[in-house]
Amino acid sequence: MCGNEALAESAIIAGCDAYFGYPITPQNEVPAYMSRRMPEEGRVFVQSESELAAINMVFGASATGKRAMTSSSSPGISLMQEGISYLSGAELPAVVVNVMRGGPGLGNIAPSQADYFQATRGGGHGDYRTIVLGPSSVQELVDCMPLAFDLADQYRMTVMVLADGILGQMMEPVVLEKKKGRELPPKDWALTGAAGRKQNIVRSLWLPEGALEELNNKLLDKYKQVEKNEVLCEEYEVDDADIVVVAYGVAARIVRGAVSRAREEGIKAGWIRPITLWPFPTGQISRAADEFRIFLVVEMSNGQMVEDVRLAVTGKAPVLFYGRPGGGVPTVDEILDQIRQLTLRPKT
Amino acid sequence: MTVNGFCEEIVIAGFGGQGIMLTGKLLAQTAMKAGKEVTYMPSYGAEVRGGTANCMVVIAENEIACPVVGRPDSLIVMNKASLNKFASRLKKGGLLIMNSSLIDVDPEVDDSIELVSVPADELAVELGSPRSANMVALGAYLQKRGYLTPNAAARALPDVLARRYHKTLPVNIKALQKGGEYTGNNRNY
Repeated sequence: MCGNEALAESAIIAGCDAYFGYPITPQNEVPAYMSRRMPEEGRVFVQSESELAAINMVFGASATGKRAMTSSSSPGISLMQEGISYLSGAELPAVVVNVMRGGPGLGNIAPSQADYFQATRGGGHGDYRTIVLGPSSVQELVDCMPLAFDLADQYRMTVMVLADGILGQMMEPVVLEKKKGRELPPKDWALTGAAGRKQNIVRSLWLPEGALEELNNKLLDKYKQVEKNEVLCEEYEVDDADIVVVAYGVAARIVRGAVSRAREEGIKAGWIRPITLWPFPTGQISRAADEFRIFLVVEMSNGQMVEDVRLAVTGKAPVLFYGRPGGGVPTVDEILDQIRQLTLRPKT
Repeated sequence: MTVNGFCEEIVIAGFGGQGIMLTGKLLAQTAMKAGKEVTYMPSYGAEVRGGTANCMVVIAENEIACPVVGRPDSLIVMNKASLNKFASRLKKGGLLIMNSSLIDVDPEVDDSIELVSVPADELAVELGSPRSANMVALGAYLQKRGYLTPNAAARALPDVLARRYHKTLPVNIKALQKGGEYTGNNRNY
């Protein structure tokens, strides 16, 4: 199974009731797999006429209280931003998978991490947030899916799984199993037929004076809860490190290889890997910056997450950047060279 | 690339239609069944029959950092275009398995590279299955490297071969073994 198929099966195991999507490389295996498996399970699969249609179908299905998802790659995700903004305004749960490719524009089909800003800042209009998960292996991509649905339902938010062309296309051994999910609040807001109860209304238009401000403040409280409770982050040998490399997703596993090699050479290196990109592990990175050490951020872009690292470090330590944009993938050797140079080790 | 222990990074390349992806998947599946850590990364996108195709497989004892192979330990090339594209990327002391049926040149590679020329298409034709050249080449590779055997690959083949082709299992297994025998018996490649 490639990463795309694995995430699709994991979504099915997690109880995805409806999948809506439109093909785009490098995530075509998701709709292809869903088109076969969802009907087998008696659930809904629709290949929509466009990405706009797909995200609005997610809106509709989610409004009825069902678990709905879509997937796409960068240009398609751009088209979905309006819908994600509306989902956020209507406080509807949704899971969106972005298997990132090179951009801007149609770009190319190579793996990329250039949609970090779009994902973590909310690419649509208005004062909203989406929870963003950045898995770094096919297994973690699989594990992300039930978590994404649970987070979406618990907070009534859009959760974006930010993968890339490598994760989507590569194969590695995975374990697919049903795990016990979170205790979730009842969906008493859902449009399930109002017979015998007060009607529910799902909307993102709040015209009366003060109504939208009230909603925005309610969202803010919710986002604060998410920031307090849902940060996920992994770190390795940071305590004694002279240099800490920060990376997420596929870049993080390449960094892991480089840091291990650096340690073998006697360089005190460590790494921090944000798993949730929003909420960002600001606290962990800030704590690591309490002692003076160099931070190196590695991304498959020309530098996006590096800004969040700098906000977390708040000038306490130097934050440098190494990136490969436009579909380039850094190698272990390239990153190791950066680590050597920054710790003033001669090239070998 | 991993730090300690065994790690083999392989690139397999050829024409679309030569079964390059299947060969890579089979290698990955065989290694997984043997309890190794493994990643498989296809080139994806515009690959069609007659175009170029390649895939990257990493097999290791420990966790694999990067599934994208920059400098392979071993290279299996099934046509000339792939040789030209990938030969210079081989690591020093690496292994080059070359399909001499379709490559009529001596590759310009570092002296430290071990070159194994296998007439994969001819050997497959001898078996009456011209499309099994990929299996011949993989058998030759496995026999040469020795950490997995052609027979182990034969056992994993039903897992990766689409069911509608399962009638070709016997001849493909023979092709794996034939490739293995070729490198096992010949010292003058």
